[in-house]
Amino acid sequence: MDYAALSANLLLVSFIAYLVGTFFFGGAVKVSKTEKTYKDSMWGKIGIVITIIGFVSQLGYFITRWIASGHAPVSNMFEFTTAFSMMLVGSFILIFFIYKTPSLGLFALPIAIVIIAYASMFPREITPLIPALKSYWLTVHVITAALGESILAISAVAGLIYLAKNVDLTKKSKERFWLEAVMFTVVLVLGFVVSSTAFSLSGYEADFTYVDKNGKPSEMTYNMPPLFGMSEYEQVTTDTMKPWFETPAIVNAKTLTTFVWSLFTGIILYILIRLIFRRPIAALLQPFANKANSQLMDEIGYRSVLIGFPVFTLGALIFAMIWAHEAWSRFWGWDPKEVWALITWLFYAAFLHLRLSQGWEGKKSAWLAVAGFVIIMFNLVAVNLIIAGLHSYA
Amino acid sequence: MSKIKCQCGHENPFGTVLCEKCGRPLTDEAKKSEMVDMRYEGSARRSQTYKKSVIDKVWNFFSSVKIGVSIIIAVLATSAIGTIFPQKFYVPVSGNDPSEYLEYYERLYGTVGKLYYQLGFYDMYNSWWFKILIGMLGTSIIIASLDRVIPLYKSLTKQRTKRHPSFMKRQRIYGESKVSDSDESLKNAEKALKDLHYKVKVEDGAILAEKNRFGRWGPYVNHTGLIIFLLGVLMRGIPGFYVDETMWIREGETREIPGAPGYLLENVDFSVETYSKDKADEVFGEALDKNGAIVSEFKSDVKLYKEKEGSLPGSSDVEFMKEYPIVVNKPLKFDGYSIFQMDYKTGELKTMTFSLMNKKTEQSVGEFTIDLNDPANDYDLGNGTSIELMEYYADYDGIVDGQPSSKSPIPNNPAFIFNMKTPEHPDGEKSFVAIRQTLEVEPNDYEAKFLSAETRDASGLTIRKDKTLYILLLGGIVFMIGVIQGSYWQHRRIWIQKGSDSEMLIAAHTNKNWYTLKKDLDKVKEVATLPTYTDKQDKEAVIDTTEGETK
Repeated sequence: MDYAALSANLLLVSFIAYLVGTFFFGGAVKVSKTEKTYKDSMWGKIGIVITIIGFVSQLGYFITRWIASGHAPVSNMFEFTTAFSMMLVGSFILIFFIYKTPSLGLFALPIAIVIIAYASMFPREITPLIPALKSYWLTVHVITAALGESILAISAVAGLIYLAKNVDLTKKSKERFWLEAVMFTVVLVLGFVVSSTAFSLSGYEADFTYVDKNGKPSEMTYNMPPLFGMSEYEQVTTDTMKPWFETPAIVNAKTLTTFVWSLFTGIILYILIRLIFRRPIAALLQPFANKANSQLMDEIGYRSVLIGFPVFTLGALIFAMIWAHEAWSRFWGWDPKEVWALITWLFYAAFLHLRLSQGWEGKKSAWLAVAGFVIIMFNLVAVNLIIAGLHSYA
Repeated sequence: MSKIKCQCGHENPFGTVLCEKCGRPLTDEAKKSEMVDMRYEGSARRSQTYKKSVIDKVWNFFSSVKIGVSIIIAVLATSAIGTIFPQKFYVPVSGNDPSEYLEYYERLYGTVGKLYYQLGFYDMYNSWWFKILIGMLGTSIIIASLDRVIPLYKSLTKQRTKRHPSFMKRQRIYGESKVSDSDESLKNAEKALKDLHYKVKVEDGAILAEKNRFGRWGPYVNHTGLIIFLLGVLMRGIPGFYVDETMWIREGETREIPGAPGYLLENVDFSVETYSKDKADEVFGEALDKNGAIVSEFKSDVKLYKEKEGSLPGSSDVEFMKEYPIVVNKPLKFDGYSIFQMDYKTGELKTMTFSLMNKKTEQSVGEFTIDLNDPANDYDLGNGTSIELMEYYADYDGIVDGQPSSKSPIPNNPAFIFNMKTPEHPDGEKSFVAIRQTLEVEPNDYEAKFLSAETRDASGLTIRKDKTLYILLLGGIVFMIGVIQGSYWQHRRIWIQKGSDSEMLIAAHTNKNWYTLKKDLDKVKEVATLPTYTDKQDKEAVIDTTEGETK
């Protein structure tokens, strides 16, 4: 049997299941008046069943890909990010059975969907392991770290619902601005997905030679029209557009080009949404968040940090140190990825202290949870793609 | 300082907010409040009580969580700044010349890079201010924990089952009402609470049900773990506790292991393997097509030797210990040391072979081979012909101050000055020979012509010994135990007691997870007639219940 092909199909199934599940959770929220009544709504029950089907299917993707490649599928950007989305859904299912709240599903599933879509923009072929990754610690460290991050991410989802409900969107305020900024960031990710998919479908390619920051001649292939050229670039493909600017050697002009295209597309998408609905995105979501019980969302937010923090510590710091000592001869080397794991850990430590002894509950706690997720995403996206270090496997 | 005597007769230490025994509010502030602060049971904390001497002030500074969080944020921010540009140890500059570092940062990152260097951010994690921050963090952890854990322990062990109504009323979860048969209710509640695995104490018409008190110690256990970890890091400064060396060793070489006196290592063979399309799994085909060759393994086959006891250092009187293939992720381990595969160089020049040519006849009069790592001074070609190696530059770097210079002892770009002695020129003809370059002072009759070169691989290894690892691991384990203990178990208490007449009072407290506490209460209420309680913080609950019931 061709496990690799099966694996890809299972992922697609789960993607669709999450989409359908979102609609059912939306229905659950829409038809019921409050938290108490929608707990037992039929819509919610169907929603969670479909979500579980999707999760099992994604687990199938994970296992079959593992069988096909012979190593845990967490060795590059696509694999890690997909695994992260899987665990996010898994954590949601767990929390759902504790608190029975469809509101959480209505917000968690779309985030999982966006993350899978984002992951799919990276090379998806199965790659053999480089020497540094050949260790069972790859399985242990990465899976535990991703699990911890995904549980922590649930707290951001609960925080977002809390904010969508409790921030006054009728008046101009800093809170309103930042909430909309969070929504805009999600649209930007969609912009990245849309532009990457469009150019990849059109089969666009432009080859360049350039001089890298160490003064060595190198080659680069763009999959999007090159807005920015690498340092001292020369066009190899001549019928493509000429870059607008040449960048200094330390800037990866290809990444910058991708970013600017995503930004363009994202802004256009955002303007379209605003034109069609004539309201900020946060205001569109508010009716869906309104029925959630604020106290419960606050509780879920706090609880998931409590559950996720020990898991994150174990996976992203302790297992990481043990492996780093085996592979790189030191348990800690101030590599950017390591530092950002420490930053994430310190941030959540601060979160717990502020909540425990300064009484930061409700809105403050919700904002912190959202900020924590931003740090996790920064570590996943920016540190991998911009700040190159030992962990740049993408 | 004088003790505070509560109405119940218990003598509390100075500074106590809630009586350790009965819970009566003792300060004016607590008496006025609707809900008391239960975080440390209203116990007398040193930092809240003594504020006069310098020691008090230092103690109070470090025991403050606000200060603690500020230090955490400061560490977080400085750490983040350190990732903007590569740190000193990742910068490919050899040696310790500050100007070369400055030049590197300025060349790549411009003015911002220069500033980054000048502010010392390029070596952030070794800077004195970063170390001071970590020191302050450690101090804060110790003092803040001691300030809280001792009084907390005292008041939790002294707490009485029957609390004063003023204490009950000021809990977040509270309810009171008349009940038909309060003794029956108490009995049923006791049973229900026991079924929920609470530890139940009954005394004089009052119940105290308690669960998971040990969860309260979690934070202090995990703080102890952190302190053990930080101590472990400090101990690396003790001589002999920590070794970190690197060595380059070429194939065929045997060298003393730096940092591990008495041990020698022989590099038998170094090899690099790549995944190839015909050998690797079929599923990797697409990736290999796209990326070209992907390295699968770096391996140094080595032999470890130990100098025999009593032999002089550097003597060849050695004893074979073991043979081992070092690959990434599988270091060679012996006597507390580990040797890691870190780097490699392939194709380093080992020998060069030249032929001595008569320029006119283009005839070779003999060949000679130079070992580039240990060149001989003379090479006899027979028939009165010989080569004298006058100067050797392993890594020729051009002419500096009129003299050829070598930038390193590694034969990356060898250059030679030969004196070619032939029967025609018994005093010799001098010639400067570098790769693709021959210089002569005056035209010579003979020249040394490059024929061939032999190369070999060199393996870059790191030698580590870290006696603190077990301490660090212990710190990590203690931290994990503490953090799990504190996060996954919540300390819950439920007080039920008879008030005046046929009134009953119910109050509950947990340090976290109020949702489950309320679920527990609801379960108890199913079997025992108890007052309806309210959660003073859940303002939406009332609306929820009423709306929920109308549907």
